[in-house]
Amino acid sequence: MTKRKMLAGPYLVWAAGFIILPLFMILLYGFTSEDGGFTFSNIAAIADPIHLSALGQSIVIAAGSTVISLLVSYPLAYILSKRTSGKTSTVIMMFILPMWINFMLRVLALQMILANTGILNGILGFFGLEPLHILYSRKAILIGMTYDYLPFMILPLYNAMCKIDRDLVDAAADLGAGRFIIFSKVILPLSMPGVISGIIMVFIPSISEFAIADILGGSKILLIGNVIEQEFNLTNNWNLGSGLSLVLMLFIFGSMAVMNKTDADQEGQLLW
Amino acid sequence: MKRYLKIISLAGVMAALLIALVSCAGDDSASGESAAAGGDNTLVVFNYGDYIDIETLDMFTEETGIKVQYEQYVTPEDMYTKYQSGAIPYDVICTSDYIIEKMIQAGEVQEIDRSGMKYYDNLDPVYLDFCKAFDPENKYAVPYFWGTVGICYNTSMVDEEIDSWDILWDEKYAGQMVMENSMRDAFIVPLKLAGKSINTTEEGELLEAQEKLKEQKRLVMAYMVDESRDAMIAGDAAMAVIYSGDATVAMEYNEDLDYVVPKEGSNIWFDCWFIPDSCKHKSNAEKFIDFMNREDIAAMNFDYVYYGTPNKAVYDELDDETKEDTTIFPDEEALMRCEVYKYLGEETEKFYNRLWKELKAY
Repeated sequence: MTKRKMLAGPYLVWAAGFIILPLFMILLYGFTSEDGGFTFSNIAAIADPIHLSALGQSIVIAAGSTVISLLVSYPLAYILSKRTSGKTSTVIMMFILPMWINFMLRVLALQMILANTGILNGILGFFGLEPLHILYSRKAILIGMTYDYLPFMILPLYNAMCKIDRDLVDAAADLGAGRFIIFSKVILPLSMPGVISGIIMVFIPSISEFAIADILGGSKILLIGNVIEQEFNLTNNWNLGSGLSLVLMLFIFGSMAVMNKTDADQEGQLLW
Repeated sequence: MKRYLKIISLAGVMAALLIALVSCAGDDSASGESAAAGGDNTLVVFNYGDYIDIETLDMFTEETGIKVQYEQYVTPEDMYTKYQSGAIPYDVICTSDYIIEKMIQAGEVQEIDRSGMKYYDNLDPVYLDFCKAFDPENKYAVPYFWGTVGICYNTSMVDEEIDSWDILWDEKYAGQMVMENSMRDAFIVPLKLAGKSINTTEEGELLEAQEKLKEQKRLVMAYMVDESRDAMIAGDAAMAVIYSGDATVAMEYNEDLDYVVPKEGSNIWFDCWFIPDSCKHKSNAEKFIDFMNREDIAAMNFDYVYYGTPNKAVYDELDDETKEDTTIFPDEEALMRCEVYKYLGEETEKFYNRLWKELKAY
């Protein structure tokens, strides 16, 4: 081993201890029963109606927050990518800044904003409007997830759009294409890599989310992440928890496969 | 010569470093060891954080000459881990009923010799009877404080007087009630409402209780554990199923709050002193427990902690206002219907887990 390669040593130790070993343990637990024998039942447990409905809820909420993030981010990223002035970086900064604050703190802050006697209702009350009961509902979870993962959508989109050659847009216009045609034939296809990595980077973390569901959902809505968390912490059935985690991992690997195929330019490298 | 000096000084530095290192590494244990080695007149006490009037410890040392090494922990699980590590040989520990039950069953608790105790009779037999749920002959545990699970409610949001669990099914308060987000605490509510035991292992009774909880779910604002205290203080919720200790704290911050143990009964919990098998100063430990039972000492601790005291001598001396503070001393009728949690066995526990998961997914 050359000296330069040895510099990777600490990372290798880290990866072995905190990535490979845990993964291996999840595999081991996932495929064994509580008395140690080999079994598929922990994986098959996903077919349990409770787990299926929890998985369904997770997918719906994760998809919802992905779609909202996309709808919000796409126009913004487009506008930002067209500007060349120094203000762009300020705006981008504004979206990255919250990511530097601890995720738990942001969720707890949202809880205070949305609470019955919270800041939002305080403002509404000031204008004589009816208070909203958003906290502890699916809506609150959706808001929380969207808020948390929005930057993961904006950045890859912005990156992809910055790479679009302006001359292509100008050429399309010269050749008589209208705004809609330009958008649908030039900008949209060329921004697709960004769209896909954005979708994946929001969807994947959202689908296994459980802390947001607990705090903003008032523990009333059971997501697949909650099921897994409870199997580990409450029921102490690590085997079942691992089995369900493996099922969830399938989604992640599937998305990574899609990502590898389309994201040749690695729009997401800014974040990961 | 110079060379020898160098070696000697180096050895000296090494030795000093080694000593420093050892005493650092063994910080807790070293002091524990010295306490143990220090002969007979010491005592290692292990208690919840902020759960005693520290002055009583000084008084104990002054009167008996026994030096107290006082250690504290946060959760019973913490306590158990530290006890099991064996780093410090604890002589007397105070903790919650269910952990004591588990430790008694594991043979980790020593019988207390009551023959030398002068103040044991200060304890109210009513509470000693409750303790028989986990310590059938009152051989192992001496109750220190107790509390309940009940409903904390905001009198500015609830017009009526609450005296029953059935308020938690009242449509009027839809979206304004907070339930306990822990399995057994949540099941107290429907079980007691139906007049069943909170320690039932009957699957039919538990299924019925789950049905009730499912029916209630759409009225529930949120399931919470510690956060319910903050929700009550902020006025976000009209009522919450909560531990009496949390209710007391909440009521300090918000004057509109009140707390009640519903007439159908509830869970009553005990924190007790016991002598673990790690004890090296058993007679000192017994002296300490006895000292804790003495009227004046128990009264000082009651004033400090302000939880329910099992000490009759203290209770009798309280002014009427305190006696009638139903947050710490609930209505007698309700209290008599309270039960201590018992360990239900693995099978029922699994069944419970299943019911709980179904409720959450409902």
